[in-house]
Amino acid sequence: MEDKNQQPIDTLKDIKHMMERSSRFVSLSGLSGVAAGICALVGVFIANNILGNYYGAFNSKGFFSGDEFSKLKIKFAVLGAAVFTVAFISSFYLTWRKAKKQGLPIWDHTSRRLAWNVLVPLITGGIFILGMLRYDAWPFVAPACLVFYGLALVNASKYTLNDIRYLGYCEIVLGLINMFMPGYGLWIWAVGFGVLHIVYGIIMWQKYERV
Amino acid sequence: MKEFRFKSITLKNPITGLNKVFESRIRLGVMSVLMVNEEINFNDLKEMLQVTDGNLATHLVNLEENGFIKIHKGFIGKKTNTTYAITKAGQKAFTDHITALENMIKGVK
Repeated sequence: MEDKNQQPIDTLKDIKHMMERSSRFVSLSGLSGVAAGICALVGVFIANNILGNYYGAFNSKGFFSGDEFSKLKIKFAVLGAAVFTVAFISSFYLTWRKAKKQGLPIWDHTSRRLAWNVLVPLITGGIFILGMLRYDAWPFVAPACLVFYGLALVNASKYTLNDIRYLGYCEIVLGLINMFMPGYGLWIWAVGFGVLHIVYGIIMWQKYERV
Repeated sequence: MKEFRFKSITLKNPITGLNKVFESRIRLGVMSVLMVNEEINFNDLKEMLQVTDGNLATHLVNLEENGFIKIHKGFIGKKTNTTYAITKAGQKAFTDHITALENMIKGVK
């Protein structure tokens, strides 16, 4: 009797194990990448205008006032937070829509695992960058964003569509280039968070979602 | 061999839904993986189940002949990339099989 009962239990355990081991969060939508990329480009456009005004003021007055520099920092912080929020919400919505279409839960063990593995490098990077700002190391903020984000994506690739790994590599390389070319931060940022996201998103959409 | 047959018959008799195709651990593994993955290529499957090429290929052909999986032959550059996905019929057969296993556990208790 005991033996008879054990066999189906073992089989079910095997199945469960196989499923868990093999599962990834497959609902990540390519359109999420496109949306995030567009948000980033709009953000860069606004940031460029802010910078233009800032240097314009310098040219007319002939000097930088510390007051204006702190205003600039606040403007950038608000802009950054706004871009991140809009990008996150739109990306989340598009992925949620895809999951619904596939009949898969948006919040199951695969997405939980994915979220955790993205958040660890991302939050580490966030705190690291806050530290940099505290010591006025602002030329390294853009490269640090790219590098930590890239690492987060490479880590994420184990828990979702593997292709995101290559986006991660590109972000890391861009970040490292930026480290040694700090003057181009805004433009490299535009490529990394804008263009690359859009290109990646379109490729993913064509590969997995186009009917 | 004789004993195996005897066992499978006694296991099968009281419960409907147990599928003979899934008596193989490898076929059961393939189905488990495909239940939770949109599609998967041969090498990944091989790695996950830790079986040889020939062995896996035989089982995949068997599953396809039963209509439980579908095969898609694609390319990555010049290299062939064959991917496998589960069919509706495969999903149903597998779910029935699991239900039957669960019933067995409940039944013996």
